[in-house]
Amino acid sequence: MMVAQAAKLISSATSTPISMEIMLADALDAEPALMSVRGVTHYYGDRCGCRSIDLDLWPGEVLAIVGESGSGKSTLLNLLAGRFPPSAGTIHYRDAEGVRHNINCLSEAVRRRLLRTEWGFVHQNPRDGLRMRVSAGGNIGERLMACGNRHYGKLRGSALDWLSRVEIAADRIDDRPSAYSGGMQQRLQIARNLVSSPRLVFMDEPTGGLDVSVQAKLLDLLRQLVRQLNLSVLLVTHDLVVARLLAHRMIVMRRGEIVETGLSDQVLDDPQHAYTQLLVSSILQG
Amino acid sequence: MPAPTSKAAGQATGQSVVSYNFAYMDEQTKRMIRRSLLKAVAIPGYQVPFGGREMPMPYGWGTGGMQVSAAVMGKEDVFKVIDQGSDDTTNAVSIRAFFARVAGIRTTTATVEATLIQTRHRIPEQALREGQIMVYQVPIPEPLRWMEPSEAETRAMHALEEYGVMHVKLYEDIARHGEIATSFDYPVLVNKRYVMSPSPLPKFDNPKMNQCPALQLFGAGREKRIYAIPPYTTVTSLDFEDYPFAVQRWDVPCALCGATDSYLDEIITDDTGARMFVCSDTDHCARHAVARDMQ
Repeated sequence: MMVAQAAKLISSATSTPISMEIMLADALDAEPALMSVRGVTHYYGDRCGCRSIDLDLWPGEVLAIVGESGSGKSTLLNLLAGRFPPSAGTIHYRDAEGVRHNINCLSEAVRRRLLRTEWGFVHQNPRDGLRMRVSAGGNIGERLMACGNRHYGKLRGSALDWLSRVEIAADRIDDRPSAYSGGMQQRLQIARNLVSSPRLVFMDEPTGGLDVSVQAKLLDLLRQLVRQLNLSVLLVTHDLVVARLLAHRMIVMRRGEIVETGLSDQVLDDPQHAYTQLLVSSILQG
Repeated sequence: MPAPTSKAAGQATGQSVVSYNFAYMDEQTKRMIRRSLLKAVAIPGYQVPFGGREMPMPYGWGTGGMQVSAAVMGKEDVFKVIDQGSDDTTNAVSIRAFFARVAGIRTTTATVEATLIQTRHRIPEQALREGQIMVYQVPIPEPLRWMEPSEAETRAMHALEEYGVMHVKLYEDIARHGEIATSFDYPVLVNKRYVMSPSPLPKFDNPKMNQCPALQLFGAGREKRIYAIPPYTTVTSLDFEDYPFAVQRWDVPCALCGATDSYLDEIITDDTGARMFVCSDTDHCARHAVARDMQ
């Protein structure tokens, strides 16, 4: 798995950007893109959400979409997840069997099947992604049950396994998410999404409402999981530090358009576009 | 002002039931309900919306069941009403008297004699036969409602057979109580397609719905939904492989008739905590007691 190796190399901070680029390029030639987006445009009435977006996402790659608020990041993410159709353009997804789907033309049934099997969606606010009146175990097991798992013992087993993976104590399995702290809720949401081994996870500001120490732990956890499971991730964030820690590649958006794209370290260390330079220079230096 | 006119006409002809059409509702309404019933029978377990009418009693007392009964009732029908298994509670007596008056049909408390049985929360212990119609009063027809509050979403879930959340509910039961503690309104899968709420029947009665020779109709008056199980339809209760569906059991027989195979109600008999268990199905209990005394 060249991609996994490339991912490992990239996420270890020691390697240089140039060698990574070569590694990644080699790896990416081997496999076709998981998701290819061409000319995607979305208008909210007269107002432009995003315009002429082209991008490719390869298996095992973490792609960050960064930009200021209102730059169309979340619009783009929602379009890619098929939550609403774009005004123009096409989004193709290659599923586990290698079949290419046009996301905009998917039937509701297929889209929902993808959402509960091959995709995951991590919301900024865990309350949007969790069932707050169902115990943690039930939350984790839901996708498995939706996929036809009918064995309580096995469901319980995988719930416990995933709780330990996201570092939640096993004795909290029967507590409702409302009894959890914000950081634990977010970790639970991640466990709930990853339990059915998705191939592609959409994340909308996963560290949004968390304090800095919890953010750091969560990022660490995410980085591990992404590497272990060879996940592809589309990560929306306004936080460049998060993007640098997690993402292999990033696209910088402004006013609904991509202004710069490239490997994370390359974009952050040597920003070309004036707007990216502004973003990078505005990172608080600790 | 149609009502006074018809009353006046009725008085002129001297009939006993003059103010109302046969079985209370007007023929157009009955046709509308029958159309919904036909669709419901054609798609077992699917909730068909219908234009529920106001009935002369509050929602929750069986308005849905009464509308379905009125729509399928004929002059030859023998009508039985049970409320929690009992033929002699206020609700059962009133509904029986109501239809005896507005339709002039024969009523009974004997399950074997009845052709049309309206029921609240029980299926008679006596096995049903072909030609009988069971009419269930349903308070909340949507089995997914407790997990998903949006009606649009639950409809989509039914359409796409997305029933994982029903098992989440059962999972929660086992996680909290160590067993599936849902004892009534236990969700069933009808004809291997639609998950259906069997109205708040005790789960003891769930197996009786499977391959039942009688036609089973469900009416929810407040929610304005009708659904049905045609005769000889497969009805399975949802469960887990390692926690299979099981019905309630009692350690004692019925205190009145000695039956060991029926659903028992617990009755508190005094202030010191004395209690007895008796059959909830009064008709079954009485017959069983008579048979025992004859022996």
